[in-house]
Amino acid sequence: MHGRPRKAAKPEDEAASAAQAQELRALQSQLLSNHHNKIYTDEAQQLSAKLVQQNPESYTAWNYRKLVVQHNLAQSESDPDSLKSILDQELGLVESALKQNFKSYGAWHHRKWVLSKGHSVLDRELKLLKRFQQSDPRNFHAWNYRRFVAALLNRSEEEELDYTREMIEHNFSNYSAWHNRSVLLCNLMKKKSQGFFPKEKVLNDEYEHVHDAIFTDPDDQSGWFYYLWLLDQTVKTDAPLLVASWPAHESDVILSRNRRSDDSSFSPFDSFHSDSGTIPLILYFNQAVEGVNSSTITIESSFCTKDLNWKPLLQNNSQLSQVWVTHIKFPDVKPHSSEAYQLKISVGQSQGIISASGIHYSHPTQLAFKVCLRPIETEPATKKGGHRILWRDENFHMYQPQSQEPDEVVPIDQLIINDHEPTASNWRAETIANEIALFRELSELNCKIGKLTLARLLTAHDVILSPRTSKMAHSEEVLELYTDLIKLDPLHSQYYKDEHSLVLLQKVTSNRESLLNHCFSYKNLASSSIGNDICLRLSNLSLSRMGSIEKLLWVQMLDLSHNELHSIEGLEAMQLLSCLNLSNNKLGSLTALGPLRLLKSLEVLDISYNEIGSHTIDRTRYLCSTPLSHTEETSWNSDEIVTGGASVKDNWEAVLIFKSMSLTQLAIVGNAISGENFKSLLVKLVPTLEWLDGDKLH
Amino acid sequence: MGELASQKHVQFIVSVEKKKDSFESVVMEHIRMNGAYWGLTALDLLGKLHVVDVEEVVSWVLQCQDDSGGFGGNIGHDPHVLYTLSAVQVLALFDKLDVLDIEKVASYVAGLQNEDGSFSGDMWGEIDTRFSYIAISCLSLLHRLDKINVEKAVNYILSCKNHDGGFGCTPGAESHAGQIFCCVGALAITGSLHHIDKDLLGWWLCERQDNKTGGLNGRPEKLPDVCYSWWALSSLIMIDRVHWINKDKLIKFILDCQDIENGGISDRPDDAVDVYHTYFGVAGLSLLEYPGLKAIDPAYALPVDVVDRIILDR
Ligand SMILES: [Zn+2]
Repeated sequence: MHGRPRKAAKPEDEAASAAQAQELRALQSQLLSNHHNKIYTDEAQQLSAKLVQQNPESYTAWNYRKLVVQHNLAQSESDPDSLKSILDQELGLVESALKQNFKSYGAWHHRKWVLSKGHSVLDRELKLLKRFQQSDPRNFHAWNYRRFVAALLNRSEEEELDYTREMIEHNFSNYSAWHNRSVLLCNLMKKKSQGFFPKEKVLNDEYEHVHDAIFTDPDDQSGWFYYLWLLDQTVKTDAPLLVASWPAHESDVILSRNRRSDDSSFSPFDSFHSDSGTIPLILYFNQAVEGVNSSTITIESSFCTKDLNWKPLLQNNSQLSQVWVTHIKFPDVKPHSSEAYQLKISVGQSQGIISASGIHYSHPTQLAFKVCLRPIETEPATKKGGHRILWRDENFHMYQPQSQEPDEVVPIDQLIINDHEPTASNWRAETIANEIALFRELSELNCKIGKLTLARLLTAHDVILSPRTSKMAHSEEVLELYTDLIKLDPLHSQYYKDEHSLVLLQKVTSNRESLLNHCFSYKNLASSSIGNDICLRLSNLSLSRMGSIEKLLWVQMLDLSHNELHSIEGLEAMQLLSCLNLSNNKLGSLTALGPLRLLKSLEVLDISYNEIGSHTIDRTRYLCSTPLSHTEETSWNSDEIVTGGASVKDNWEAVLIFKSMSLTQLAIVGNAISGENFKSLLVKLVPTLEWLDGDKLH
Repeated sequence: MGELASQKHVQFIVSVEKKKDSFESVVMEHIRMNGAYWGLTALDLLGKLHVVDVEEVVSWVLQCQDDSGGFGGNIGHDPHVLYTLSAVQVLALFDKLDVLDIEKVASYVAGLQNEDGSFSGDMWGEIDTRFSYIAISCLSLLHRLDKINVEKAVNYILSCKNHDGGFGCTPGAESHAGQIFCCVGALAITGSLHHIDKDLLGWWLCERQDNKTGGLNGRPEKLPDVCYSWWALSSLIMIDRVHWINKDKLIKFILDCQDIENGGISDRPDDAVDVYHTYFGVAGLSLLEYPGLKAIDPAYALPVDVVDRIILDR
């Protein structure tokens, strides 16, 4: 089916082809007949041999051959010589079939099956493989077979590693050999085999090795992914760590139990409203972990916080998550008095928090924060929905820190709790610095992989050198590199754009001053409410992707409008969010809103002017929790009642997404999906809704 | 850029059935069940499924079923999961799953799960993550996923994950776009996509697009081929990274592989066409939102309306 030229068949070819076809057809029907009647005569055996050589893909013929071998072995009465000759003969047959079609799954499996009977000379297999692999060094069947034979032979991983080196030295453009090398090396380093420990020495050698490939022909991809793997081995920390929390360490949270408080004497960054006197406690790890529960997280406080229910913030039923949340309810105090509570959270004091790769959390961490319950104001509580949030520029004013020093306003340093492993970082920093110097040269030659690798190295450098402050000293240079790449490699421009967005967000969130530039006080002049809300405005930044969420856990009002976001993955960690503006982005489907289902405080949502309903292919169909991925049950019948007749099956995404939200304001105008029927469905699905597309509902 | 020669492709697909005597079709006779799935799904995407005789197809499919419950690639051939899934998919297209003894088919597939969670393709024990996908997709379509140990099945697939973010057919085996589709698809159907490093895999997959032709290859430093418009593209969609490739250039590549005169699509421009590449070309265009085609589901490889009907409409 591959690589045959398209040409009109000549009559004489057609005749020849028909004759061939007739012969093959006769063979095939005779084989099936023998197979069904369990005929294993010499003649029948020869016929099947002839067929698998002519058509090595004929799997039923191989199955028949297996029965033949079993039949013959049973006849041989365990005479070792005849056993061996039966199996050798079969191996010979497979060999000639493979010469006919080197990619036949059936032939390769048949060979493994014969070998698994024992009695065969395995050294011969390696010689055969060498011949095959010289003629096609990338054939993945041969490489798989090689791993199989090496295991049968108990060949050492060192020997196989030497073989990959041999193959690469013969021709570095051999991705298969690089791949096998990464598998073998990884095992050897894990086992700390002699010569493969410490890993720093090994990695340095491998860097040298892969440089040869990349610098000889930078356009050849064979070494690209191997290099990225080395970089990952250099930079990443295997151990799970806590990187951020809300409330942050050493913060003072003001908890008010009614909505609008116009007391501006305290920092709005840490004030939080909850009618029920409850705050979320969010833990953000460097990787997905499981085992976060009330025995691995202990809380010291003056009131009872036992048996808290910890939930993974995920769109499926997994118990493996990077972000976890629980809710702490404070005791009911007299409405007019204020009360302060000290809380001490210990993470990982007792074992049980564990990463996907099975590594235990081994850096017990403590965070302490104070929560001050404000007295309840006498005036009647007003819901946010009562005052419509208007995302107009005139309602936003640059935030001016008031009584306090600006230093203490944005809780930025406190977010990063851990820095660790100071010993290993010397080698890491040195290695990265060397690599940066090398790739700077390649980058200047206007070479794609040179620029991309340099950008990755500089980012890694910044992360390694300043884990606490995340100063991102090179972010300007990295942003420029991605801008260059967008022009240099337009085919993948969106990949570079996404990377550009991530770096830009790292830069914005890297220090207090730059973050303050995006903080605004929201005051709706038209309404009587005197808000004390801080809005983080990240609008008009050409963001195609969200990132640095761990720095933004405190945000309650977020403006991401006028960007190019098609995904809001990660936003589910922002558990404090109550107002979110996503208008004028590129969200392409309802399932793309999946993360919002986990935001229980969300009341005001603007998704106007996106692309919801304009696409036939839904790219988040399997990332959102749905019945298609068995992460959500269907209960259409009860939904049918809710929607009052509108077809649930035709609108199942809307039902899934909106049913679990308690929005008071929603704007959806400017999406293909948003017609009158859809809007009336929304009104039924979200009974809390007071404003829809700027219209008051009741 | 040319346009999709839909009418010609329909004619080509229908005519393949009638050319049973050519050498190619005899060589492929043992995978006729796959061929039926490719051809009929392509017809459905092109909006022309009604040109075939449903009863004829259904009765032929049932004749390929073995006593074990599994299906062979053609009448008289041994059962194997490869053809069992195709049989179920073909019946799904026609909304005819009710002709099956579902319990029996599901038992055949579930019975092939091994202790380590992997799946054998048939009684002879070949193990491959392709078979994991097939078993999971097939059982899900039959609403019988509870017959296997899903957790173990997922863990086996994860043991085949590589350092480049991709997946191979067994632990340690090299990443390959076809294999990646199978593993990502199986993880998608079981709600387990969070185990994938989407950025790493997404970069590997988007680098499959060739600068010169716009086509996608299946592994680094290999030639582009229309069938990877399906394998790589569907994977990119499931992990929401499809914007990292250039859609227009890929559309052009697929259209360039059409035989405008006689219908059909080939692996590369000016090669001989076949049903396999015709299906993957059309399916790829559907994923690229080419106008006039029905939408295809990236995980089940069936039209979206068929999947929704089966999975949601209980
Ligand atoms: Zn192909």
